Amino acid sequence: MVERTPILNFFTHVILFAGFVFCVAPFVIVAIAASHNLKDVNDVPMSLLPGSDFWVNIKTAWTMADLGPKLFNSFIMAFGVAAGKVIISALTAFSIVYFRYPGRMLIFWLIFITLMLPLEVRIVPTYAVVANVLEPYQTIMDLTGLSWLIEKMSGVQVQLSLGLLNSYSGLILPLIATATGTFLYRQFFLTVPDELTEAARMDGAGALRFFVDILLPLSRNNMAALGTIMFLWAWNQYLWPLLITTDQSHAMAVTELKQLIPNVGGAPEWHIAMAGTLIIMLPPLFVVVLMQRWFVRGLIATEK
Amino acid sequence: MEKRVTFGRWTIGILFAVPQLFLIFTFFYWPAGQAVYWSLTLQQPWGGGNIWVGLDNFRSILANADYWNSITASMIFAGISTGLAMVIALVLAALTDRQLAGSWLYRVVLIWPYGIAAPALALAFRFILAPEAGFMAVVNKFWPGLWDPGLDGADAMASIIIAFSWKYVGYNFIFFLAAFQAIPRSLIEAAAMDGSGVIRRFWDIQFPLITPTIFFLLVINITESFQDSFGIVDIMTAGGPANATNLMVYKIYSDGFKGLDYSGAAAQSIILMLLIVALTIVQFRFIERRVHYR
Repeated sequence: MVERTPILNFFTHVILFAGFVFCVAPFVIVAIAASHNLKDVNDVPMSLLPGSDFWVNIKTAWTMADLGPKLFNSFIMAFGVAAGKVIISALTAFSIVYFRYPGRMLIFWLIFITLMLPLEVRIVPTYAVVANVLEPYQTIMDLTGLSWLIEKMSGVQVQLSLGLLNSYSGLILPLIATATGTFLYRQFFLTVPDELTEAARMDGAGALRFFVDILLPLSRNNMAALGTIMFLWAWNQYLWPLLITTDQSHAMAVTELKQLIPNVGGAPEWHIAMAGTLIIMLPPLFVVVLMQRWFVRGLIATEK
Repeated sequence: MEKRVTFGRWTIGILFAVPQLFLIFTFFYWPAGQAVYWSLTLQQPWGGGNIWVGLDNFRSILANADYWNSITASMIFAGISTGLAMVIALVLAALTDRQLAGSWLYRVVLIWPYGIAAPALALAFRFILAPEAGFMAVVNKFWPGLWDPGLDGADAMASIIIAFSWKYVGYNFIFFLAAFQAIPRSLIEAAAMDGSGVIRRFWDIQFPLITPTIFFLLVINITESFQDSFGIVDIMTAGGPANATNLMVYKIYSDGFKGLDYSGAAAQSIILMLLIVALTIVQFRFIERRVHYR
């Protein structure tokens, strides 16, 4: 840009193009492999000219892994996580930024700490909680003697139990319980000029009114960025759905990939496996391509 | 930073935070506390509650050769994949930042891999790197038996490293590019006027200015290599062959849910938590420095 560097420019193009190939090649190979038949896909080396069986393979993979309902489940979950995050984080950030109350900093830190420990490392006890979400409250009541008191007073034994295994709420709620979005909103709310709040209050708007009519419309960009990131993140979850959906009717698309791995000893049906992979790869890829601006912005904003 | 103008009715304010507090209590603090409790107790085989064993669970884990093997595998995985993903991304971002013709294309495309689910790209790479079909089969045709991730631990480790690095090159690229673009153009132009070349400008101006981003990505990549690797390992190698790719999170999963050893898995979770918390603290120290920096 500043001076003429023809040799360096040449190498820049070569290396960048190599990087481009490195990024795109797996997508292309998956798509080509998905278009071959059983014999061609196992050829060494596999032909890079597309075969003719693309739609047949897609259809086979679709029925074999029962992808219709699985993709639907994935959509519900990803959408639920994204929506839940966008709403709950906004509420919490509003509370932390726009109010002064005792224990506010404690709440701030309680939420902040959740950033440190991802779901994967506390997976075993979280699973136990989801098996009965009311267990923490039952234990607390037992320990404080509250359930004993209730039993003495009314003769009813307190047995709280609500299992969320194999349910959408069991899939979604634990994934919402982190601080990622809260800080995104907090940073943004802090940049909203105080004059706006003063003007709103002078016009007689209460906290709720200000939040709904002024703050939320202003944070539209943040919502788009956060929603995109969270949608992709939830769609790509694997370990959590694998654990809590033992019942096939709630399984996710991503966890179905395991059904597509060709068995040792069976026919190496890589063309079907790649067709299934392609179907499962496409929705997040679409989101990334269509929402690129929000995706990049969200990535950079949520992590900092 | 604090707001000057706030709303007076703070009881309403607390209500806004209640949903989040309920969620994090139920799904974060309780399970985290439970993990500590389990790691210090042993569950009776036929019910009847837990008995207190103190640090015995930790002692038996730390005395177990399998666990050390898992730690070593995780460290090798974290080290090599982080190094690869960061160096490749740094080179690509630095070159894209030169803004030659067509650089918009790389800005758009190099991000794609990050959107893909780890297990999906793992299945794709399992095919691409399969020893009998796909592309490594060509290598095997010339040197039979050279490449077999199903039997050779090092090959299996290499496969999961390639798959993971492929995904995280895109992620690192976004951050590096943003960091490069935040450097004022005038700085680079001034250096060019003084006669320094492209390489010299990179090492003396750009590289020092993006060190905060490098530290930040280092921590994120290492933490992610502990978590996001689960799907890749499960689909590509299932921890094998002979535990060569039995990374820490995968071992927690297989001990806890396949082996039903909750106490052992909880103790392993605690160790992993401590490791990640330590990394996070390192990151915070650095973030403080960065705020100072600008």
